[in-house]
Amino acid sequence: MQELVTRAKELLADGTVVRVLGWKRGDLSYNPEPAYFNSQEELEQFVYDGFCGANLSKYMIEGSKKEGKTLVFLKPCDTYSFNQLIKEHRVDRDKAYIIGVGCRGKLDVEKIKAQGIKGIQNISGAGIEEDTDTLNIRTIYGDKTCTYGSAMLERCHVCKGKEHMIFDEEIGESKDTKDADRFAEIEKIEAMSPEEKFAFFQKELSKCIRCNACRNVCPACSCRKCVFDSNQFDSAQKANVDSFEEKMFHIIRAFHVAGRCTDCGECSRVCPQGIPLHLFNRKFIKDINELYGEYQAGADTESKGPLTSFTFEDAEPGIVVERR
Amino acid sequence: MQRIGVFVCHCGSNIAATVDVKKVVEMAALEPGVVHAEDYQYMCSEAGQAKIDAAIKEKNLTGIVVCSCSPRMHETTFRNAAKRAGLNPYMVEIANIREHCSWIHKNMEEATKKAVILARAAIAKVSLNTPLQQGESRVTKRALVIGGGIAGIQTALDIAEAGYEVDIVEKTPSIGGRMSQLDKTFPTLDCSACILTPKMVEASAHEKINIYTYSEVEKVSGFVGDFTVDIRKKARSVNMDKCTGCGVCQEKCPSKKTPNEFNRGLNTRSAIYTPFAQAIPNVPVIDREHCTKFKTGKCGVCAKVCQAGAIEYDQQDEIVTEKYGAIVVATGFDVIKLDQYDEYAYSQSPDVITSLELERIMNAAGPTKGHLERISDHKAPKNMVFIQCVGSRCADKRGKSYCSKICCMYTAKHAMLIRDKYPDVNVTVFYIDVRTPGKNFDEFYRRAVEEYGVNYIKGQVGKVAPQPNGQLLVQGVDLIDNKQILMEADMVVLAAAIEPNKDVRKIATMLTASIDTNNFLTEAHPKLRPVESPTAGVFLSGVCQGPKDIPETVAQAGAAAVKAIGLLAKDKLLTNPCTAKSDELLCNGCSTCANVCPYGAISYIDKEVNDHGIRETRHFAQVNSALCQGCGACTVACPSGAMDLQGFSNRQIIAEVDAICR
Repeated sequence: MQELVTRAKELLADGTVVRVLGWKRGDLSYNPEPAYFNSQEELEQFVYDGFCGANLSKYMIEGSKKEGKTLVFLKPCDTYSFNQLIKEHRVDRDKAYIIGVGCRGKLDVEKIKAQGIKGIQNISGAGIEEDTDTLNIRTIYGDKTCTYGSAMLERCHVCKGKEHMIFDEEIGESKDTKDADRFAEIEKIEAMSPEEKFAFFQKELSKCIRCNACRNVCPACSCRKCVFDSNQFDSAQKANVDSFEEKMFHIIRAFHVAGRCTDCGECSRVCPQGIPLHLFNRKFIKDINELYGEYQAGADTESKGPLTSFTFEDAEPGIVVERR
Repeated sequence: MQRIGVFVCHCGSNIAATVDVKKVVEMAALEPGVVHAEDYQYMCSEAGQAKIDAAIKEKNLTGIVVCSCSPRMHETTFRNAAKRAGLNPYMVEIANIREHCSWIHKNMEEATKKAVILARAAIAKVSLNTPLQQGESRVTKRALVIGGGIAGIQTALDIAEAGYEVDIVEKTPSIGGRMSQLDKTFPTLDCSACILTPKMVEASAHEKINIYTYSEVEKVSGFVGDFTVDIRKKARSVNMDKCTGCGVCQEKCPSKKTPNEFNRGLNTRSAIYTPFAQAIPNVPVIDREHCTKFKTGKCGVCAKVCQAGAIEYDQQDEIVTEKYGAIVVATGFDVIKLDQYDEYAYSQSPDVITSLELERIMNAAGPTKGHLERISDHKAPKNMVFIQCVGSRCADKRGKSYCSKICCMYTAKHAMLIRDKYPDVNVTVFYIDVRTPGKNFDEFYRRAVEEYGVNYIKGQVGKVAPQPNGQLLVQGVDLIDNKQILMEADMVVLAAAIEPNKDVRKIATMLTASIDTNNFLTEAHPKLRPVESPTAGVFLSGVCQGPKDIPETVAQAGAAAVKAIGLLAKDKLLTNPCTAKSDELLCNGCSTCANVCPYGAISYIDKEVNDHGIRETRHFAQVNSALCQGCGACTVACPSGAMDLQGFSNRQIIAEVDAICR
C-alpha cells in the first residue's frame, strides 16, 4: 500500500496528475470509502486493503469533467467498467492516469458477521501485501479468526482474472480467487418452475427499500437523468401499488444495463438489504453468451456490443429459443 | 386543449354489420377533448370527406380520429382531406375497426366494445400529436438489379431502355441464370439458349447497363431514392480486359476433377473455367478452392499458356461502392436438396435424377452431348418414370407446402421430347394433379398424352428400389384404377420442388425487405402491389417472390422495371416526418442509438450546454432526419429515454396503452 502512496505523491509532485482518486480510511477498519486526494498531505488518509471493494471507474465520469488529469486506482475487475465507460463516451481516457492495483479478493464484513462473529472492533490480515489466509478479528467478545476466502465477496469467487484491461502502470501482484462457477446460481434458477421463480424473486425484491444505492453505484447506470427520476416518464417518484412493485425497478434496470453490464458486482455489494441483484444481470449475460457467443462487456473499448450490432449469424428474434 | 373530431365509418356493411357504429359515436363523444363525433356510410367517399372538411372548419378541430379500415388503405386519403381543410395532416389518427375488429369478430356486442376501445386509444394518441412537416430527399438516377438471370436481365434492359443507368450484380461467373441451364422451353419447345442468349448479349452491350459478374452485394445502407451499396467483386484471377476468351487455359488446366455446377455435378470441369459456352462475359475464373496453384503453389499452367498474359494469381477481392435510387431483387431459385427423400433412392442410384439434371442430359452441350442415356452405364433407357411433386405440396416438414408451379409443364415437355426423339422409350408419369393454367398449356399437356402416348398415372410413388441388375423397381399406386403398381424403370426423374436461392435471406436482411416462411420475398400487397417489397424502393422480379415460369417471370420483370422507372423519374421524394429526435438534456452520448441505427442516420456532436448553471461541453446524438426512416430502433435502445420518435412518441404509445387498459 505504501508503494501506491509513494507513487501517487510522485505523480502529484511532478505534475502528471492534479488529484488522486482512491480510497480513504473510514471510521471503522472495514469501511473505507472512495475519495479524491488533492494534495500529498491528504494522501495520509489513503488506504488500500481487502475492504476496498468500491469500483472507482464511475467516479471518473465526474473526474473527466475536472481540470487536469486524475490518478485513479483500478483493480483488475474495475478496468472492465472503465473500458465500457470509454466506449460509451462517459469518461475521457486522456483525463485519467490509471494505476492498475493488485488484488487478492475483496472482503465483505457481512460474510464475517454471518459466521457468528459479532461486535467487531478491528480486523487485521486484510492488507494487500499480507500473505496470510487468516483474518484476525478483535471483537467485544474477544479475539476471533476466520479464513480470508470465507469472507470474500461473491464476485471474487467468480473472479474474471488477474489481468488489467487498461492501465498506464501496474503496481502489486494479483491473485486469481476464482473457485466457483459464475452461472451455477443462474442455472439453479432456470431449473425452477415459473411459480418458484416468481416466489424467489418476490422474496428477494420485496426487501428493496428503493434507496437507489444499486443504481447510484452501477457504472452502467450512468445516465445524466435516470428514467426513474425524469418527469417525462410516468415512472418517476411512483409510489408502490403493491409490495412487489419494486420488481419493475430492478427488471427495467437490468434491461437498461443488458449487454453493457460487466458483472462488476457492485450492485450486490452495496445493497443494504442483501438482495443478490447481480443475478438479474448475470442471467442476461448468460443468455447473450448462448445466443450471440461469448461476450465480456468492457474487455475492450472498440467492439460493438452483441445487443447493438447485427450479424447474419444472430439468433432470429422471432424464434423462441428452446430452453432446457 | 385539443379539439378532437371523431368520424366513424360504416364501410357499407363491412363494419356496420358487426359493430354498432352509433354506439361507437356515442362513447367516443364522451372522451376528453372530443367536441365532435359522427358516423357515415362511406367516410372515404367524397361526401364523407366533405363531412370531415366541414367539421374541421365549423368546430375548429385541432385533431381528428377516423374509425375505419386499415391505415394502409385510407390514411393518405384522410390526411389529404385534413390538409385541404387547413389541418396539419399528421393531426389525423386512424382507429382500424375493420381489419382489426369487424372482420375478425362475429359477436356484435364484443366487437362494438373493442371498436370503442380502439377509438379511445386513437383519441388518446391524437391528443398528444403535434403538427409535423414533410421534408424532401433526392433520387439517385441509377438502379441496382441483384441477380443476372432472365428476370434480372429483363428488368435491367427495360430500365436501361427508359434511359437510366443499371448495374446487374451476379454471383456466378456469367449472367444467364437458371434459364441458361434449360434445354427447351414449354409450350413452344424453342431452344432456351436461342432465346436467352440474344438478351444476354443485348444486356452486356447496352451502354446504360453495367454488369458485375462473380460479385455479391455486401452491404446496403440508405433508403428509397438514395441507397449506398457495397459490391464485392470476387477475385477472378483473370484480367477481364486482357482475356480474349480463347479457352486454351481451360483445355490445358490439369485439375479437371471439380464437379461441374452448370451441369448439376453430372460431369467435371477444370479449375479455371467459364460455366458454359455462351457465357457473358466470356472470361474464365479460377476456382481457388480447387486450383493446384492456389492449393500447393505449384502449377501455373494457365499463366504459361495464356497468350494474352491475362492470368493474375495475386488478384484480390475488390469492394465497389455505388449509389442507387432503386433496387430490384431477382435472386431466383434452386431445386431443393433431396437428402430427405430416401424413398426415391436419389442418393443411392445415379439413374435417379432431378428434372434439372435431365435438362442438362438432353442438352447438346450437356454431359452426354444430348444423348439420352443412363449415367451409370451409358445405356439408352427403355422405360422412364417421372415422379411429380417431390417436395412440393408436401404436408410434412420435409418439403414445401406450396406448388412449384413449373413441374407439370416441364415434365410434359420432357415426356414429349423423349417420345418424339426416342419413340421406343416408354414414359410413365406419376402425378397428384396435372396443373396447366396458362396460355396453350393444357393443349400442350393433352398433346403429350394423346399424340405422344405418354402414360399418365394419377397416384404417388412410395418407393424406388435399385435392383442388383441395375434396374429401378418403382412401387406406386394408381388411384383411378385403385391398384398397386410395380414396374421396372431404367431411369427415374424427380420433379423436385423449387425454393428461393439460399442467399435471399442475407439479401433480404440487408435490404430490410420481408420474407415469408418459405423464404420467398413478400410483396407490399399480394394483389395490388405484387412487384413491390414493403420496403420502399425495393422491387421484386422473378421467382424470388414466388414460383413462376419464364413468361410470367419476364412479365413481372417488366412490371418491376416500370415501378423502378416510376421512382427514378422523380427528382425529389417527400420524406416521412415521423423521424427520431434526441433530447439534448437527457442524452448521455453513449452511442447505443448510433450502433443500432440501420440507416446510419445518427451522428454525434460536441456542444457547449448550460444545464442549470453548469456549463460544459457534452457529446450527444443528432439525427439526420433525411436519413432517418422512423423505424424506432434507437428509441427502444436508448437507456436514458433521450431518443423519441415524432408521431409515435413514448408518451403517445403509453397513452394508447393506458386508454386500452382503462
